[in-house]
Amino acid sequence: MRVKMRIRRFNPEKDSKPWWGEYEVEVEPTDRVLDALHQVKWYQDGTLTLRRSCAHGICGSDAMVINGRNALACKVLMRDVGKVCVVEPLRGLPLIKDLVVDMEPFFAKYRAVMPWLVNDEIPDHGERLQSPEARERYDDTTKCILCAACTTSCPSFWANEHYIGPAAIVQAHRFIFDDRDRAAVERLRILNDRDGVWRCRTVFNCVQACPREIDVTKAIGEVKLAILEAL
Amino acid sequence: MGALVETLRYVISYRGTEGHWAWLLHRLSGLGIALFLSMHIISIFSVGLGPRVYNFLHEVLYVSAPAKVLEVFLIFGVLFHAANGMRIIVIDFFPGLGKYQRTIVRIELLVVILVFIPAAIITLQGVL
Repeated sequence: MRVKMRIRRFNPEKDSKPWWGEYEVEVEPTDRVLDALHQVKWYQDGTLTLRRSCAHGICGSDAMVINGRNALACKVLMRDVGKVCVVEPLRGLPLIKDLVVDMEPFFAKYRAVMPWLVNDEIPDHGERLQSPEARERYDDTTKCILCAACTTSCPSFWANEHYIGPAAIVQAHRFIFDDRDRAAVERLRILNDRDGVWRCRTVFNCVQACPREIDVTKAIGEVKLAILEAL
Repeated sequence: MGALVETLRYVISYRGTEGHWAWLLHRLSGLGIALFLSMHIISIFSVGLGPRVYNFLHEVLYVSAPAKVLEVFLIFGVLFHAANGMRIIVIDFFPGLGKYQRTIVRIELLVVILVFIPAAIITLQGVL
């Protein structure tokens, strides 16, 4: 099938503002958007810049706006995008070049919620055992691959770059509800900030955008309730 | 100003689902209600300018056809804002309901429309 790729282009060394590049590609219906982007880059315009690493929906490096919706380019099939495929960089993060944005503000928020296990108690045995039920409590939020599709689909984040964003709350949720962790209250205090969890307006764009199908808004809701109970 | 325009472009061009459009309508209806409240307070204050101004506003201007049409928009705005606010509060306290949110938004809109239609007919009766 023949598809027109409309790609948002920007070269900071040449362009004063982004522009649309149009390319015709021949693809199989079962090809992914990433394959179509590779066709453009490898055979038509080598200057097209994009991030991708594993190309199999695990590393989360090729999140972008595809036909007006955040997704991983390596997970969207060409048969689902129609005759015209519009590709833009993620919104709300500084644009570096073409489809590449600066992820550092996103990772700074990730680091802010202390995404590591905090426990200074010495375990009885060699390791910290956990029941399957206790592990199940936060299973959903362990699936996050930090692709930023959720945070950059959130209108609250578009309007306020200081908002901590859904991804960081999901990462906090993963440790807040881990019964081996001892820093839940500290994380809840961080998320109780004016730019914390309360900026969530229950829009559900994050749930739709998550390539790992995490129930992001549910996780955010549970953190909100945990703040009400603990603080 | 540039950031506001960019954000508005993102909001309008993002292909979200029911939650996205319900959120946008919630914001617009909230702005509309705030505008109405400002007008309402100003018109009540007009009593200080004497009975002629006050009576003109309340007995001539507010019962005119354009004002009634605006009132119909106000009714929809208030009904939707209230129903959508309730939906958000319920989901905030019962986060597990989020997986049904698309259906909940549709039911909410149906209830709003069912209440809105008779209210709009009653409001427009005098001018139709």
